[in-house]
Amino acid sequence: MPLSIEEVEHIATLARLELSAEEITRYRQQLSAILDYFRKLQELDTTDIPPTSSVLSGGSPLRADESRPGLGREALLENAPEVARGQFKIPPVFDA
Amino acid sequence: MPDLIDLTLAQTIAALRNGETSSRELTRACLERIERLEPSLHAFLYLAGEQALAQAKEADKRRRVDGREPPPLLGIPLAIKDVLTVEGLPCTAGSKILEGFIPPFTATAVKRLQEAGAIVIGKTNTDEFAMGSSTENSAYGVTHNPWDTSRVPGGSSGGSAAAVAARLIPAALGTDTGGSVRQPASFCGVTGLKPTYGRVSRYGLVAYGSSLDCVGALGRTSEDVATLFQIIAGRDTLDATTAEAPVSIVDFAGVPPERSTGRSRSTQSKDAAPPRELRIGIPQEYFVRGIQAEVEAGVRKAISVLEDLGVEVHEISLPHTEYALPVYYIIAPAEASANLARYDGIRYGPRLDAESMWDIYYRTRGRKFGAEVERRIMLGTYALSTGYYDAYYGQAQKVRTLIKHDFEQAFEQVDAIAAPVAPTTAFPIGAHGDDPLAMYLEDVFTLPANLAGVPGLAFPVGFDSVGLPVGMQLMGKHFREDVLLRMAHAYQQVTDWHMQAPSL
Repeated sequence: MPLSIEEVEHIATLARLELSAEEITRYRQQLSAILDYFRKLQELDTTDIPPTSSVLSGGSPLRADESRPGLGREALLENAPEVARGQFKIPPVFDA
Repeated sequence: MPDLIDLTLAQTIAALRNGETSSRELTRACLERIERLEPSLHAFLYLAGEQALAQAKEADKRRRVDGREPPPLLGIPLAIKDVLTVEGLPCTAGSKILEGFIPPFTATAVKRLQEAGAIVIGKTNTDEFAMGSSTENSAYGVTHNPWDTSRVPGGSSGGSAAAVAARLIPAALGTDTGGSVRQPASFCGVTGLKPTYGRVSRYGLVAYGSSLDCVGALGRTSEDVATLFQIIAGRDTLDATTAEAPVSIVDFAGVPPERSTGRSRSTQSKDAAPPRELRIGIPQEYFVRGIQAEVEAGVRKAISVLEDLGVEVHEISLPHTEYALPVYYIIAPAEASANLARYDGIRYGPRLDAESMWDIYYRTRGRKFGAEVERRIMLGTYALSTGYYDAYYGQAQKVRTLIKHDFEQAFEQVDAIAAPVAPTTAFPIGAHGDDPLAMYLEDVFTLPANLAGVPGLAFPVGFDSVGLPVGMQLMGKHFREDVLLRMAHAYQQVTDWHMQAPSL
């Protein structure tokens, strides 16, 4: 069952991707083919199988919760596209 | 002494130690070769030539005046895949969305190499965010296979593999999320290790699939790969998933240095490997229709060489192998969709202007991510979205358990599993056109090791009829990279596929 144009648009919105009409058409066809292939997984009965989210056995070792020096504001702002008064600058988020 | 660029890493280390060459001479030789061959290969995204020469000068001075034993890699130039950060050197991960980004910190794996004396000569090409099997998804152009420049080098660590194969540098770091060290190693005829998940710190690695990503090493020989691996491996407080498990050091001392002749040498040190009493399993599911006949023949021949060395060979089964591809292409994109949410045009990387915050996100991401990255972000977003989570992501995680279980069962019978790395040798640039699923199928034999978290080592075992390298992989138990490295080393003592060089 292929994805609809609306579904592809919805996924793009969730993923914050601005796509052209041509891209939506192409991705619709490609993603539908891939999802169709994924249906193979439904062949397996996994009723009593626990999910694996990590292959590590015994979990991750923890460290003491102590503060450590970071990279510092200057270093962190160095790559920013726009900076003002020592902070990241962005357009207004709320209507004036 | 042979030409500097023809030396293996081990031979280079020895030549520096014996004073037969200097770091400056070596670094200059690498840079000259890069300058000559880069136009036809495009293995690098960034070269740090001046800085490397300055560091080489320092290294030579240190070796002269410092009375202490120098660190193992002092003055050795290495290349780093451009998904690992090196403070002060641009890092793009092959993406336009990181164009101009200069990381303020160095990845732990790189830092450990630097502390061991290594010099970073440059950053190598990769599929965008390591998503791909050919480097064709790099936003900065494809890397060409040194054995046939009309073909891909494999991916995503294609730049590193091509650079080692073309003898631009003695060794390099790569990363492997679904085969991205092993498959390019195979396509380029070099040796490449994907360590156990959690063995090498991911700090400073541009995240793709966090439960799968592994930093690995590429070199000409198993010994060279072991040298890098043993330096970068181990617990790091900056990556909570790194394991405490001790790194078993393979002692190659006493093994004569690799020579380019002598197919039938039998001199082996006691430690470095007559792999007697080791058992390898041949999984029937990896020898199926669609596999290139010469690949199968090469792998079977290599298995018989191991058998001659005293390894016991058993037929085994990994019954859920055919499900690894759909499981991987749900889990990795799901993790990627979360990891790549950070690229928003606000804190680093380029920003496309728009009226509102939201539109900055949409536009910057929509224009700066390449097609394969957008596809995977969308696949992952879909697999995690309300109404589809159980059918896709949930089911994939459960089948991952079955795949992991296959390996656990197999490793009750055998010490390692031998299999082809990829169904074919290097394919022509453009062969898969705009068919993502066809490209995914290239990864069918490498994905299972990532899903199970087990180590995998790829190394050359022959050539096909048009002269392209054929690779084999050994997969091992968690944290037993040493078994794989010793087995491949023993193989490389009696064969010389790994010493063949492309004519460039």
